[in-house]
Amino acid sequence: MKNRASRILVALLSIYSVVASADETQVAVAANFAAPVQKIAAEFEKQTGHKAIVATGATGKFYAQIVNGAPFDILLAADDETPAKLEKEGQSAVGKRFTYAIGKLVLWSAKAAVVDDKAEVLKRGGFDHLSIANPKVAPYGAAAVETMKALGVYDALQPKIVMGENIAQAHQFIATGNAPLGFVALSQVLKDGKIEGSYWIVPEKLYSPIRQDAVLLNKGKDNKAAAAFLDFLKTNKAAKDIILSYGYSL
Amino acid sequence: MNFTPSDWAAIRLTLELATLATALLILFGTPVAWWLAHTKSRLKPLVTSLVAMPLVLPPSVIGFYLLVFMGPNGPLGHLTQSLGLGTLPFTFTGLLVASCIYSTPFVVQPLHNAFEAIDDRMYEAAATLRAGPIDRFFSVAVPLAKPGFLTAAVLGFAHTVGEFGVVLMIGGNIPDKTRVVSVQIYDYVEALEYGEAHRLAAVMLIFAFVVLFLLYTFNPTRKKAA
Repeated sequence: MKNRASRILVALLSIYSVVASADETQVAVAANFAAPVQKIAAEFEKQTGHKAIVATGATGKFYAQIVNGAPFDILLAADDETPAKLEKEGQSAVGKRFTYAIGKLVLWSAKAAVVDDKAEVLKRGGFDHLSIANPKVAPYGAAAVETMKALGVYDALQPKIVMGENIAQAHQFIATGNAPLGFVALSQVLKDGKIEGSYWIVPEKLYSPIRQDAVLLNKGKDNKAAAAFLDFLKTNKAAKDIILSYGYSL
Repeated sequence: MNFTPSDWAAIRLTLELATLATALLILFGTPVAWWLAHTKSRLKPLVTSLVAMPLVLPPSVIGFYLLVFMGPNGPLGHLTQSLGLGTLPFTFTGLLVASCIYSTPFVVQPLHNAFEAIDDRMYEAAATLRAGPIDRFFSVAVPLAKPGFLTAAVLGFAHTVGEFGVVLMIGGNIPDKTRVVSVQIYDYVEALEYGEAHRLAAVMLIFAFVVLFLLYTFNPTRKKAA
């Protein structure tokens, strides 16, 4: 009986050691990059054998968590300011920052014929809610406000704005029909080169470029899988194709 | 306390929401609790379970279903639209509906317990004095269940003030309409404005303690009866 128990224990321990020796990295990812990073992580695992464990959320929240000791090796932010700040504050490896994608903003409705290709709908009104991400913490939300200001419609639209905690929630408000339209990331609505519903891809001159930077955090400095993942994201052709296929530019 | 105007707006909104939700819950929760305390129906376990559900369900589940049900394609959304009320998410009314659902067990359960603890002979005695059912309810049950009403009101109010997840999911964070204190604090934390967050969070902490302390000091449970 004792012998059997110890054999089971040895078996369990050996399984554990196999799992532990496969390199893993914890990656915090901005909500707009949730879909592409899943594909990239799968490709990464296939090509390198390392595993990237992904958590998605608002960049601002990740910043607060990282500063307070969250166990992330890498941050794929929705902006370039947060990674710069982390580097300045000694939370990340120096000189390892790079832009992995440049995001695009889109005015989107889940229904056809709501959004026209000149965004006249913003001037015409006639809708009750306009969904955006909280501009205080989400770069795509800030870009949405910038766009509305550039079009001179912000003051008129302000009472109709509803805010998602991050861009994923802003999208969810529209997808469930609770907000007839709103500003989201192109990557959230572009599937296989198509967009359901109606949309207007916001011209890039209306908002500051959404440069999304990646950064190697202190916790990941000695993690082989973390270094490999950043390298994969930066140089691998398959990864770049995935990023482009979601409407980002590089 | 240097609260900003938007802090004050959030505080006022939270108090309004909690007050209205508590009033509605006492109004509609009392008959339910009364029924639960006296029924011999086979539906009793069903209703008891439904009332207790919000205790167990994560706010994300309640928030998600409310968003779908109250949305333009949901059953409740169809109803409110056909009544010309529009849809409920992102409105104060929507938050009120959500709060009532979310805080139901905190009001109904204490009332249910209080009604159940009343000796049936009290009603019989009142009946021999020709008190009708309604009279018996107001002149026997309500006074005897007073501690239950107090507990129900305080917990219903405090729990609504402490609500966060559901509001975050269906509120849309609109100043003066759906941005309650808990959401305002979350905003501050997310924006790394920890000083502002601390001020409001400290108020919530003190509020929660004082309310519960007063409740348990002045409303002791009926030990004698046991």
